[in-house]
Amino acid sequence: MAEILPSRLTVESPPSAGDRESGTTVPLIETEKLSLFYGRAQALKEISLGIRERVVTAFIGPSGCGKSTFLRCFNRMNDLIDNVRVSGHCRIGGEDILGSDVDVIELRKRVGMVFQRSNPFPKSIFENIAYGLRLHGARDRKAMAETVERSLRGAALWDEVKDRLDESALGLSGGQQQRLCIARAIAIRPEILLMDEPASALDPIATMKIEELILDLKKEFTIVIVTHNMQQATRISDYTAFFYLGELIEYDSTHRIFTNPQKKQTEDYVTGRFG
Amino acid sequence: MTHFEADIGSLRERLLTMASHATTAVRNAMKALTERDDDMSRQVEQDDNDLDNFEKEIDEVAVLLLLRAPLARDLRLIMVATKISHDLERVGDEATAIARRARELNREPQLKPYIDLPRMAVMVLEMLTTAIEAFVSSDADKARSVIPRDKEVDQLNKQLHRELTSFIAENPANITRCLNLMAISKRLERIGDHAKNIAEEVVYFSEAKDIRHTQKPDDASGAPAAP
Amino acid sequence: MTRRFAKTRFDATAAIFTGATAASTLLILGILATILLYLFWRGGSQISWQFVTGGTETDMFDPSKAGILPMIIGTAARVLLMTLFVIPIGVTTAVYLTEYARTTAPLTRFIRGAVNNLAGVPSIVFGLFGVGFFISFLGGSIDGLTGTSEPRWGKPALLWASMTLAVMTLPVVIVATEEALKAIAPGLREASLALGATKLETIWKIVVPNALPGILTGAILAISRAAGEVAPILFTGAAYFLKDTPKALNDQFMDLAYHVYVLSTQSPNVDLTRPILFGTVVVLLALTFSLNLVAVLVRAKIRRQMRAAH
Repeated sequence: MAEILPSRLTVESPPSAGDRESGTTVPLIETEKLSLFYGRAQALKEISLGIRERVVTAFIGPSGCGKSTFLRCFNRMNDLIDNVRVSGHCRIGGEDILGSDVDVIELRKRVGMVFQRSNPFPKSIFENIAYGLRLHGARDRKAMAETVERSLRGAALWDEVKDRLDESALGLSGGQQQRLCIARAIAIRPEILLMDEPASALDPIATMKIEELILDLKKEFTIVIVTHNMQQATRISDYTAFFYLGELIEYDSTHRIFTNPQKKQTEDYVTGRFG
Repeated sequence: MTHFEADIGSLRERLLTMASHATTAVRNAMKALTERDDDMSRQVEQDDNDLDNFEKEIDEVAVLLLLRAPLARDLRLIMVATKISHDLERVGDEATAIARRARELNREPQLKPYIDLPRMAVMVLEMLTTAIEAFVSSDADKARSVIPRDKEVDQLNKQLHRELTSFIAENPANITRCLNLMAISKRLERIGDHAKNIAEEVVYFSEAKDIRHTQKPDDASGAPAAP
Repeated sequence: MTRRFAKTRFDATAAIFTGATAASTLLILGILATILLYLFWRGGSQISWQFVTGGTETDMFDPSKAGILPMIIGTAARVLLMTLFVIPIGVTTAVYLTEYARTTAPLTRFIRGAVNNLAGVPSIVFGLFGVGFFISFLGGSIDGLTGTSEPRWGKPALLWASMTLAVMTLPVVIVATEEALKAIAPGLREASLALGATKLETIWKIVVPNALPGILTGAILAISRAAGEVAPILFTGAAYFLKDTPKALNDQFMDLAYHVYVLSTQSPNVDLTRPILFGTVVVLLALTFSLNLVAVLVRAKIRRQMRAAH
């Protein structure tokens, strides 16, 4: 039975802060009592969880539960919003990333992001990927061309666009645009890939391609994905965290969350009986 | 209540109706034997069609529900419902087989008063009803209580076999009747197995724990492997 | 067979409304056509090679000898110079207002209010402001510092006229640019920042390039408004008559719009010079249109590049 099941089905309990001592499963991303406030409203309430390396972790929960906000803590995208205050700890590779002395540019280089709506730059396909490379000092056109190809191949887009790299990225279909955004993100070789509902605006076929891609990418990257689609979470993630009203309600292997959640709120949410 | 919940509810209802049909079939088959009632025996055979149809119907509803991609408790319920309905259909088959053997036995005088077989029947029927009740109340402990009782049934079956073997040794004229009684005993033992399977499904349904094939080898000596 | 879906209704309201909107559009087109036809009818005969390439050496009031090349050059120069001033300042202001300033901060509101008020100020007031601020204060200070006895900068000049026009058209550019910046999908900024770009890199490489069409719309509006204005340049740089075209930024210049004013009020014989008057107007319109056309073409090209290629 073990060999016919993908390995992710046999993974058991997720890493927690306590696992660090045991040394077997050091979480790559780790938060400790992470709270976030918009002005006076508390959007995240003392969230502590650890995310393991090279697995796919899904964040689920009803709209406004804080899952996206939490995701955006990992690359400090919440910095862009006025009046946001964060307390607690968020460590990546053991290093706290919340302090004002953190080089956000360097952080975002290590933690890439793909957004809900595909947002390619109104430039050529090539330039879309070259943009990030240039930001980080690439100048050699030949080396850049190689990286562009590697990234497009990595995003399963190369064969579809190799003959029109100089054409505008806006001429691509929605699904292709989103894969271009993934290619753009992986071009600068981040360790972590954050995805905020990357397939929510796509048709089922494009969605399937993105999901296949995510399963391929987890060999190299640690992926954290926010999704409203629970079937999607079951298809692609190894671990799932359920958020509700800014709190982490339950965090466990995806298998357990969707067959036998331990908390009633989780059960109600995944079975669609949410009041 | 959502439409989905209503449909899940109707699935449960069908399963319960099916269960009551299955237990009735067993009861009637035993009646055909103890009261030497051939009409009752034929009735059991006829009623088996209903159980077959129930099984098909439940599978159909289950597939329609699965199309909506249910999760967690709902997913487990649907999966378990199809398995329980399969077990109940098999219980019906066993009852039919008992009824047929009863008819053959009714052609000859009664070999001896039936004491152990009705006792076995009462035991397996109790197991069945307890397992179904556990399903209704989603009570894993109640379901677990069914499992050890399967061994008692096995013991009784073995004991009956020994007894009937000695009858055959005494007088070869008893052979046909003894073989028929042995077959009935075996069928009742199988019903006990199905009741045990249902109980295990109920534990999975309410706790998401798969307890099948988890007995220690020496404990499992008398228990045939669950399907 | 009786038809169930046969159309029987006549929607009078819809018909009247369609008619009314079409009529008002036709009215506008009619007015524009009338103006243009009238101008060409009256001034078309004056347009000749000699008229558009000749200077003022002979007699600027004689229809057969007058040339308006210096005015054409003067107007083109002041409009282009103005564009050079107004675009960078306007765009920078708009970038500050949309990208950096907090929308609710009192300073931001004050700046917005000031920009809006600036748009409502009559153009002659800008002229007076130009005299007071650019000529007397800025020009005067430069002269004072360089210590010349004769005013070299503290007098009406092409530079001051262009700057005055730039101040006048600033609100147009700021508002147009702001709208363009706001229209850029927030996703583009996020995408750039998430790739590790700084805010400045994001603005410089993503935001402003994508706002270029909007910025050019601002430039077009500014050029259209500035080209025909006389009041702001009346005291700040335009000359009634000059022998020469402007050679330096502190030279005065002759101007098409001002020349129209001169011809209609200062002419020794109004009836005789009327063809020159209308000819000049036609040229002024042609110049404004062609300056706009350049901006429109550039904008169209940029838009094409930004959209799907081919």
